[in-house]
Amino acid sequence: MSRFLKRLYLFLIYGFLYAPILVLIIFSFNEGRTRGSWDGFSLVWYRRLVRDREILSAVYHSLLVASISTIVSTIIGVLGAIGISPYRGKLKRAILGMNQIPVLNPDIVMAVGLMVFYRSLGLDFGLLSLILSHIAFTVPYVVLSVLPKLKQMPSSLPEAAMDLGATPAQTLWKVVIPYIKPGIISGALMAFTLSIDDFVISFFTTGSGVDTISTLVYSMARRGINPEINALSAIMFVVVLLLLVIMNLPKEKSAQEGR
Amino acid sequence: MKTFKKVALPYFIWAALFIVVSLLMVVYYGFSGEGGLTLDNFARFFAGSTLKTLARSLRIAFITTVFCLLLGYPLAYIISRLMVGYRNLAIILIMVPMWMNFLLRTYAWVTILSKNGIINVVLRSLGFEGLDLLYREGAVILGMVYNFLPFMVLPIYTVLEKMDQSLLEAAADLGCNRFKSFTKVIFPLSLPGVASGISMVFIPAISTFEITTLLGGNKTNLIGNVIEQQFTITGDWNYGSAISIVLMVFLLLSLFFTGREEEATSMRVEEVVGE
Repeated sequence: MSRFLKRLYLFLIYGFLYAPILVLIIFSFNEGRTRGSWDGFSLVWYRRLVRDREILSAVYHSLLVASISTIVSTIIGVLGAIGISPYRGKLKRAILGMNQIPVLNPDIVMAVGLMVFYRSLGLDFGLLSLILSHIAFTVPYVVLSVLPKLKQMPSSLPEAAMDLGATPAQTLWKVVIPYIKPGIISGALMAFTLSIDDFVISFFTTGSGVDTISTLVYSMARRGINPEINALSAIMFVVVLLLLVIMNLPKEKSAQEGR
Repeated sequence: MKTFKKVALPYFIWAALFIVVSLLMVVYYGFSGEGGLTLDNFARFFAGSTLKTLARSLRIAFITTVFCLLLGYPLAYIISRLMVGYRNLAIILIMVPMWMNFLLRTYAWVTILSKNGIINVVLRSLGFEGLDLLYREGAVILGMVYNFLPFMVLPIYTVLEKMDQSLLEAAADLGCNRFKSFTKVIFPLSLPGVASGISMVFIPAISTFEITTLLGGNKTNLIGNVIEQQFTITGDWNYGSAISIVLMVFLLLSLFFTGREEEATSMRVEEVVGE
């Protein structure tokens, strides 16, 4: 392949990936409601967006659910990984196999399972069932990102700590947890990302009046076009870019220091 | 470390309730009806139109996977041959859209494809007839390829990037031209990445219902839509559970036979964390 063709190919694919985002951002500044035509620059949809109770409460729910479920699933997942790492052989494979089920199963099957489970418990569908579901589907990912770190840790490390008089709790807190910290951070990050981006699980396990960004966009898009969604997309894209820049800044720095 | 086995207790309680019990409940619902335990739901599935819907879902998921592979492999290959700085930037640019809500991005295609959308406005201003693009099978496939392409690119890229360059030098020394070293060395070695890419595209593609609803109108029904309708509209949870069981067994068996489940998981983990 020649250089030119390669560049052209990259250009086309990135165009395909970014065209819809660009369209959303451009049309968020459009004065009119119609999609195809440009009626002039305006911030009207942004002004409506910040006053739209429905959208604001959806953003609030998404952040609330993602924060709570990240904290809880990180605790459960990290302790779970520490507890299952000493297992060996068939038993360990069985536990890991069970852990894989929510990861590999189509989202809709997991969602349906949770829905049926809550109904049999008599639990009302709403914020609580939503948070429980998000904890449920993010825990396996935390376990999977912590286990490799535990595998790297020499078992003599916690043994030494306990020989030197640390209680099990102290060993856990002062030796094991600091060692696996990178795994914990990436697990928590993953739980948060999965939770905030989730649609299918939320759609099935939330109740009336409790919308997340995803479920609201879905019902809005079905009702018809609402340019406020464009404004919301543009804001979210800028937030994602900012987060990305912020997350990458310290990395570059430490890499330079390393040299 | 044995001392710490106890701390996994909350995890085991969670796993028992949310994995084991909830799946068993689906199985119970699938095998029961008004008159107690029954196989009626499955009989209905295999006799009725839902089987056709499953076949259509398989076909669309297959087409989507093929498109993702044909577009994604060259992309991953080109990126893996870039200089390190550009390479990382290229990969980050693939992942950035994934961090934005995927429904918002899918919804953007409505703006592009609809009757008075951008493509049609441009076509008409050039003097052509407008096209009916939205609410068709093609739009659904486009939406799926758009959403799932990164799932194909990232695992293939990971494998290609880690590949030992000296293997290529060796191939060249031993007389392979570039085409031959690709077909005999690079491609066979990248197959694990291809396999996990395929499963990571195929599974969401066969079970999606939201992309179908947004871009297919109500004209293109897939198996995910049928399950969704049973739970949200019809209220026939038994039948919905039965279809879910069929779908799950089908996918888990195909994963089991390809023996890729662990790789697929670890790839998916790497991808979401973005390492």
